[in-house]
Amino acid sequence: MANKVAESISREEFFYGHKACAGCGGSLAVRAALKVLGPNAVSVLPAGCMSAVGFNFPQLCFSNNSIISTFAGTASMLTGVEAGLRARGFKDFTAVGFAGDGGTADIGIQALSGAIDRNDNIIYICYDNEAYMNTGIQKSGLTPFGAKTTTTPAGSNIHGNLHNKKNMFEIAAAHDIPYAATASIGNIPDFIAKVKKASQIKGTKYIHVIAPCPTGWGVAPDQTVEIAKEVVESGLWYLAEYENGTFKLNYKPKEFSSVEAYLKKQGRFKHLTDDDIQIITASRDKKWEYINRTFEL
Amino acid sequence: MSKKFLSGNEAFAEGIRLACPQVISAYPITPQTIVVERLSEMVEDGSLSAEYVHVESEHSALSCAIGASAAGARAFTATSSQGLLYMAECLYYASGGRFPIVMMNADRSTALPWNIYGDQRDSLSQLDSGWIQAYAENAQEALDLALMSYKIAEDKRVSTPYMANLDGFVLTHTYETVDIPEREQADKFLPAYETDNRIDFDNPKNMAFSAGPDTNYIFKFKEHEGILAARDVINETEKEFAEIFGREYSGLIEKYRTDDAEYIIVTLGSIAGLCRETADKLRESGVKAGVVRIRYMRPFPNAEIAEVLRNAKAYAVLEKDISFGNEGTVFTNVNSALKKAGVNVSGYNFIGGLGGRNISAGDIENIYNDIINGTDSVNFIGIGGEDNGK
Repeated sequence: MANKVAESISREEFFYGHKACAGCGGSLAVRAALKVLGPNAVSVLPAGCMSAVGFNFPQLCFSNNSIISTFAGTASMLTGVEAGLRARGFKDFTAVGFAGDGGTADIGIQALSGAIDRNDNIIYICYDNEAYMNTGIQKSGLTPFGAKTTTTPAGSNIHGNLHNKKNMFEIAAAHDIPYAATASIGNIPDFIAKVKKASQIKGTKYIHVIAPCPTGWGVAPDQTVEIAKEVVESGLWYLAEYENGTFKLNYKPKEFSSVEAYLKKQGRFKHLTDDDIQIITASRDKKWEYINRTFEL
Repeated sequence: MSKKFLSGNEAFAEGIRLACPQVISAYPITPQTIVVERLSEMVEDGSLSAEYVHVESEHSALSCAIGASAAGARAFTATSSQGLLYMAECLYYASGGRFPIVMMNADRSTALPWNIYGDQRDSLSQLDSGWIQAYAENAQEALDLALMSYKIAEDKRVSTPYMANLDGFVLTHTYETVDIPEREQADKFLPAYETDNRIDFDNPKNMAFSAGPDTNYIFKFKEHEGILAARDVINETEKEFAEIFGREYSGLIEKYRTDDAEYIIVTLGSIAGLCRETADKLRESGVKAGVVRIRYMRPFPNAEIAEVLRNAKAYAVLEKDISFGNEGTVFTNVNSALKKAGVNVSGYNFIGGLGGRNISAGDIENIYNDIINGTDSVNFIGIGGEDNGK
């Protein structure tokens, strides 16, 4: 399915001329998703990286209908856009939101929960770069354990972020949402196949895509896709779907690649000790024990 | 035209039914709840064809309405007090985006201390949010404002959201006989919403964008122009309304026995009726008393206020509001209008009705007596005055 979608996506560009950093994972996710959804996608983006780089009058970078929402209001504005267009008699369109990790898991979670609860016919895509990157790399609810950010300094007393990543995928699924999925921009065919599938399902769809930020993660701009692959290969992220009440694992690495190698490539994890890495590895193993027990393969 | 015995909330809901919003985002808060309840019943019984969205907060209520308006749909929501403050971010968003949403606000006190009763500190705190602000006095006016609001807000010269304020409980929950216009007449009065400021699949738009220091001020100037243009549009709309429905309204302010008045109370909302009664009573004993009811706080009736107070000996501004550390906000606005027009009349501020406290006929009579004899600059009814800045 994945390759078929890759062949079928639009040659047209819908998001270009923007000012995203070199190697920006978030902009790649938005670009690819819009190529799947086509010109009748109406995108809603909250305050955050993509709106900051793409919506500066008069340099407006979306060639489909697009609108910035309030930071907390991605999902609620999507609801309004979808209801408004439907009320005006339109049928052939997709209301799609692109919000970052902070806009989704922190300030926007209430509106998102409300939209899923109502089962509004929208696609909500969280591009997760694991911190408030637009404001200068501050910790969000999706910043992983140990990461150094500008509000979780790595000192000798505290080694960066003390909290684990909030599990948005399963939070979305717990609403009994029609479709939820995780993805990584390290696997574009998988991601766009999920966007395509979401566009064919009625009701609320939630896709959580890991989208590395070279600036915030401390990797070279040409390493975005590689590091997005490695987070999956090391087992620190996983590709899965939730549909019809069932979790399904899409990809199981034969053998996990080194957690330490993944972490030590990134400036934000450079300070981690062997003990820290042990904690992260143990947390990964516990998660996979749960996945193996409860997810279908 | 049929007559019904309705509360302010119910009358407003009837007006909204006639205005045919296409999307209603609803979240309950006392004393607004009856509006969203009645609207849900109208959608259920088919007398109103709208997408009724059960949002999970006031922030989402207005955010959803903005999305619907951006989609080109006529949108309605309603709130009160804490809810208005919770959605405050979206107020500025709606006005900056020039989305002509209509919202009813049931004027209610704001915490702390907690209080569900009526005063006007909630809406008056949002005067700078870029919304047209109307204040109804009775249930009939509430219904008529609901119907007129969209015509004013959606006028291309205006393109500004509209907040209709009803005093909590005193107006929202008090029953009166109300004339309900016929559907056919309402449709004739208010055509479907047409705008260029919407999503367009033939000519895709980027909306609600950023504008830096080079251009930001131009957008803000245009926004100011839009709400100022509502002054003429309100008058035109009321004229057309009177022709179709036979009820006349008087624009941004309503005057009562002011032609020869020496002592005038300026106020807003439901307390105006008692002020008029008291003025009548004082007139019998030879006091030339008058009343001005402000119907619109934004756009503010600068010229009208200056003109009506020009020949008075003294005026009082009676309001259910205090801008802590200064004075009532309505008083500030009125004084500014006089200053700009070069009108020099003694003015006094009376703060009353906070947290729903009753303002009696005796209180109003005392206000007239106080301004005849001179008093402190800012006076809390039932407590006393202080001479802040006098």
